[in-house]
Amino acid sequence: MLGVRLYLAQRISALILAPLVLGHLAVMIYATRDGLSASEILSRTQGSLFWGLSYGLFVAAVAVHAAIGLRVIVAEHVRLPGVALDAFTWSVGGVLLAMGARAVAAVVL
Amino acid sequence: MVKPHRNHPLWFAYMAHRISGLLLAVFLPAHFYVLGLALNHAAELDGFLRWTEYPVVRLAEIGLVFLLAVHCFGGLRLLALELLPWSPRQKTHAAVATALSFLVSTGFALSVV
Repeated sequence: MLGVRLYLAQRISALILAPLVLGHLAVMIYATRDGLSASEILSRTQGSLFWGLSYGLFVAAVAVHAAIGLRVIVAEHVRLPGVALDAFTWSVGGVLLAMGARAVAAVVL
Repeated sequence: MVKPHRNHPLWFAYMAHRISGLLLAVFLPAHFYVLGLALNHAAELDGFLRWTEYPVVRLAEIGLVFLLAVHCFGGLRLLALELLPWSPRQKTHAAVATALSFLVSTGFALSVV
């Protein structure tokens, strides 16, 4: 279900995500004080290497973390062969990575 | 009948971590989709952001922030449990993680209301 490599990937992605999520929570509280608009978001993020790298790292780490987390839940509740479980994990990770990369490109480029 | 271990505070902490993670994973594609609107459809993104000003949507947002905080602080507790020297004060750590989650989500609620 969850070998050493997946276990380590889950914990390493968690260690990467923790400071990024804390930063995200702080930015959300700060940025929403006077309401949000597309122009306000884009003025902060467009052309910013810092936000591009931060959100890019966030997307990569969350794709790994969520895919493995959902794999564990599915494996505990549904009797699936290993190949199907692997396919599910890769699919979730791939979809999140692709959608997340598009979102980062949309707000940074 | 509820099994004894399922009445333990740390079982509730485990369940909170699992349910918050599951709900966040379901929410993430929608979040990415909306941000992706900024690529070619900034007006649609603005329309969506106006929609989030409805009280019931605001309430859902505050709930999402709470879920994110619960998963983050609960996850930090788990990482500390696994990576740092053992501490017998796990219930206290779980209580602190819950309190911090309420603090953060209340801070968010005050900033958007």
